[in-house]
Amino acid sequence: MAEVGSVVRVAGPVVVAEGLPRARLYDVVYVGPLQLIGEVIRLQGDLVTVQVYENTSGLQVGDPLVESGAPLEVELGPGLLGSIFDGVQRPLPAMACSAADPFGQPFVRRGGQTALPALDRQRVWEFEPKVQPGQAVAAGDVLGVVMETAHLAHRVLVPPRRAGTVTQVRAGRVTVEEPVVWLDGEPLTLLQRWPVRQRRPFVRKLDPTEPLITGQRAIDMLFPLARGGSAIIPGGFGTGKTVAQQTIAKWADADIIVYIGCGERGNELTDVLEEFPALVDPRTNQPLMQRTILIANTSNMPVAAREASIYTGITIAEYYRDQGYHVALMADSTSRWGEALREVSGRLEEMPGEEGFPAYLPTRLAEFYERAGRVECLGSDDRIGSVSIIGAVSPPGGDFSEPITQHSLRIAGTFWALDTDLARRRHFPAIHWTRSYTLYRLGGWFNRQVAADWEDHREWALALLQRETDLLEIVQLVGADALAPAERAILLTGRLVREDFLQQSAFDDVDAFCPLSKQYHMLAVIRHFHEVVNRALRRGASIEQIAGLRCLAQIARMRLWDPAEAAAQAQALRAAIEEEVSHL
Amino acid sequence: MSSLSQPVSVSSSTAQPALPGRDRPSLVTIEYRTLTHITGPLLFVERVQGVGYDEIVDVLLPTGEVRRGQVLEVNRDRAVVQVFAGTRGLGLEDTRVRFRGEVMRLGVGLDMLGRTLSGSGLPIDGGPPITAQEWRDINGLPINPVARDHPSEFIQTGISAIDGLNTLVRGQKLPIFSGFGLPANELAAQIAAQARVRGAEEEAEGAVSQEFAVVFAALGITYREASFFRRHFEESGALERSVLFLNLADDPTIERLLTPRAALTTAEFLAFDQGMHVLVIMTDMTNYCEALREVSSAREEVPGRRGYPGYMYTDLATLYERAGRIRGRPGSVTQLIILSMPDDDITHPIPDLTGYITEGQIVLSRDLHRRGIRPPIDVLPSLSRLMNAGIGPGKTREDHRSVADQLYAFYAQGRDLRRLVAIVGEAALSREDQRYLAFAGRFEQEFIHQGDANRSVEETLDLAWKLLAAFPIAEMKRIKPELIRRYLPSLPAQEEEED
Ligand SMILES: Nc1ncnc2c1ncn2[C@@H]1O[C@H](COP(=O)(O)OP(=O)(O)O)[C@@H](O)[C@H]1O
Ligand SMILES: [Mg+2]
Repeated sequence: MAEVGSVVRVAGPVVVAEGLPRARLYDVVYVGPLQLIGEVIRLQGDLVTVQVYENTSGLQVGDPLVESGAPLEVELGPGLLGSIFDGVQRPLPAMACSAADPFGQPFVRRGGQTALPALDRQRVWEFEPKVQPGQAVAAGDVLGVVMETAHLAHRVLVPPRRAGTVTQVRAGRVTVEEPVVWLDGEPLTLLQRWPVRQRRPFVRKLDPTEPLITGQRAIDMLFPLARGGSAIIPGGFGTGKTVAQQTIAKWADADIIVYIGCGERGNELTDVLEEFPALVDPRTNQPLMQRTILIANTSNMPVAAREASIYTGITIAEYYRDQGYHVALMADSTSRWGEALREVSGRLEEMPGEEGFPAYLPTRLAEFYERAGRVECLGSDDRIGSVSIIGAVSPPGGDFSEPITQHSLRIAGTFWALDTDLARRRHFPAIHWTRSYTLYRLGGWFNRQVAADWEDHREWALALLQRETDLLEIVQLVGADALAPAERAILLTGRLVREDFLQQSAFDDVDAFCPLSKQYHMLAVIRHFHEVVNRALRRGASIEQIAGLRCLAQIARMRLWDPAEAAAQAQALRAAIEEEVSHL
Repeated sequence: MSSLSQPVSVSSSTAQPALPGRDRPSLVTIEYRTLTHITGPLLFVERVQGVGYDEIVDVLLPTGEVRRGQVLEVNRDRAVVQVFAGTRGLGLEDTRVRFRGEVMRLGVGLDMLGRTLSGSGLPIDGGPPITAQEWRDINGLPINPVARDHPSEFIQTGISAIDGLNTLVRGQKLPIFSGFGLPANELAAQIAAQARVRGAEEEAEGAVSQEFAVVFAALGITYREASFFRRHFEESGALERSVLFLNLADDPTIERLLTPRAALTTAEFLAFDQGMHVLVIMTDMTNYCEALREVSSAREEVPGRRGYPGYMYTDLATLYERAGRIRGRPGSVTQLIILSMPDDDITHPIPDLTGYITEGQIVLSRDLHRRGIRPPIDVLPSLSRLMNAGIGPGKTREDHRSVADQLYAFYAQGRDLRRLVAIVGEAALSREDQRYLAFAGRFEQEFIHQGDANRSVEETLDLAWKLLAAFPIAEMKRIKPELIRRYLPSLPAQEEEED
């Protein structure tokens, strides 16, 4: 029989209760007559503090509080792909459905929804065992496989901390709750559970050595993210955080995408829901939605569930990583998660730290980002999997000196600084070329896989842009006339790099995704132009003549090249540049 | 002006369910005289029993006046109550408090159309009480993102800076960031009068009217400003399709926390139950945020940036996110939110948090205003995030996106050069640079500036091409060659100013 306590205080999402002597930290409790879901976040004497994941309107002193006896967990198993959940993994489509009308219940109501499980209990899967009775298995070993989508083999693993001898196996059609393998007589199902606040174990972390390719030139060429690494995208409102996250979710070469809409707009998730099923993953020819899991806790949904949504998402990501997949997780926005933490902390009357955030903010952030990684998975088959994290940050007033940006910076390996001024001029993606950086050394990979001088081109471009920035400062003071011709050529080329290479519309059919080879050829043409022009200047050509070259218009349209023809196009354009400049 | 003393509209009906999830009798008669503390807009009542968080409260004065309040916190036998009409004149000894056992509700009905109500929803136009078809919790419920229909129908406002560059769509939430003395109200009224949806034939069946119904929420604005809007609605014939909620400058400040909620509850009813397209105008949200801050400081909460509460983002989101469309339902709620940026500072928490929630923003500029540009919209910091969904072939025109991008690119360049010219003089500029500079001027004078004119989107785009024609084709990097061939007027590259 579960213990029943009683409410003594209600302040927004925070409820204090007494009469639950056996409560444990992070246990789930059900609060009040509507059985609102809550989580124990503090124990103090005989008082239990709970953050409630639903609106607490109407809750009274004396209302009952029932222990669930378990921590906040997610359900793991086939059927997650293509789903959309709220911050505590309730299935939003099922919640919107009433009788025959799939949207008959368009508003999220409170309570009574514990009855809707995250994973469909009726759906039948074809389980193909990979073990036989008598076989000894350990944590992480593959027990069998379910084709979750046409392309993804969902590996059913021995859960962490379990081992034993297979005593019975059942092949064929099963639901997630039916046993498929018995370990020493104990049944295991496709459905497993894991507490969200605890990271899932692995053998060891490996150094990130390969990039997560995004098809975005500013990212892959200048500031690449490693598979298993972490990146942050801070930027004021309207600078392109969400578009960047969604674009990466569409095009990144990951097996699985976990997209967390954390305290942001409802319509942005609708956007994903409408667009992703219609887009085809070029690697599998399947709808993109089939590799995507959405966690949606929009800004008007209860604030405490926003805090939980990040953990729900990362736990699901780790679960697929453990099967040996590459997972990319986007969290938009981590600032809303931090603010949820602050709001709850404020109601707890904790001692506030910087800007009212609790003192444990940096620890929590670090714990979250540390759940990224390329790892050797548990299990005897040497699987390698990864979770890459891309966290958007929404600094107040667009000022990066605030705590969430600063603490995230200390942990994340890649920093894509979005710039308000660039966004206002509609330079997208508004990734600032001198403020952004990556700590991952991936040049070797690119040199081997794309072109031997990839890294050389990258360094050339970064140096050129830095030089351009310095020169522009001088121009702002004294005008361009004061510069030498070679310096003015840097301004010209710098502009080409910015406008014709770095700018990339997420909404252009051709340019939204740019393969690595095309990225390389585009930049190489600009570099070639720069060299040809410099030779011409030394021969006595004027900068005005150069600014009037017809080939500049062709350079501006490189982005529209068919990727398959990029090499040939680049070669032709180099020739055209040489030809035209030779007449100066 | 406040008639809060008569709880006519906000329900006390016994037919109503009590607090959600319980069947406590709603005729509660216990009155408490156990006030221990009054501070700012807050009352602290002790030795209470069975009080629910968020529940509404009647505060009874010895004069017979009744003020409405709401429970902000319950802690054992103590309740913290915020009083919407303020605590002025309340005493600890002779004030009585009655807990109503229900959350704040508003009676909504079709006969609200054409009516003027107070900031908490009571008729103040001398007309009869509203016949409530339904009583609704004014806090509403979050729309399940799965059930949202993505807004995508182009609204023509007749204003080039909006239609051409920051297109509004039905179901969008778009604020106007203004400053004291800037004509945000005029702009909002012009939009309300001119807004129309094109291609209305393809309308989902069941919509009762193509025209917008207007729900107007005045938040602490002056009588003069409120009557400006009323007159405008009258002139454009929108008044009988409008509901006005007025909390004026001299009305109780804390009541402002109710006003947008009452307005949005009405809008949701008209849109999602009655199938109307509703335009909600809320002005001035800055006053709303001040009220929020007042309550927070009275509660001695840890303040966030510049003294505004840390939960202001969430609070504003629960208002702004009540815009949109719902699958399978014909109506829509479009929000036009006006706010004043203190010190014209766009990084101030009020515009900042708003911009983080809304689907773009229209930013007014003091500089353009001084130079007589009407409307003085600075397009660079302005944005419509839903523009892409609402434009293009079949909606506006195929060249729309690239024309907008090109205008932005040229104008941003021209604006940069203005700074440079201030230092080195115009003569020092190259021919190309002088062209950008001249473009920026004409763009402001001819494209942004339009006074009372109502331009179709085609007129707006044609005007854009006329201005773009000042540049050589090779410069128009943002536009595909075939579009240039199709739309570029064959004008001499340097056409003379006209106006
Ligand atoms: N890569 C891009 N290509 C084209 N437009 C973009 C791009 N990134 C951002 N934008 C534009 O900027 C707007 C704001 O971007 P968004 O990602 O919503 O900003 P944030 O999330 O930072 O507030 C978008 O609506 C879009 O118009
Ligand atoms: Mg965003």
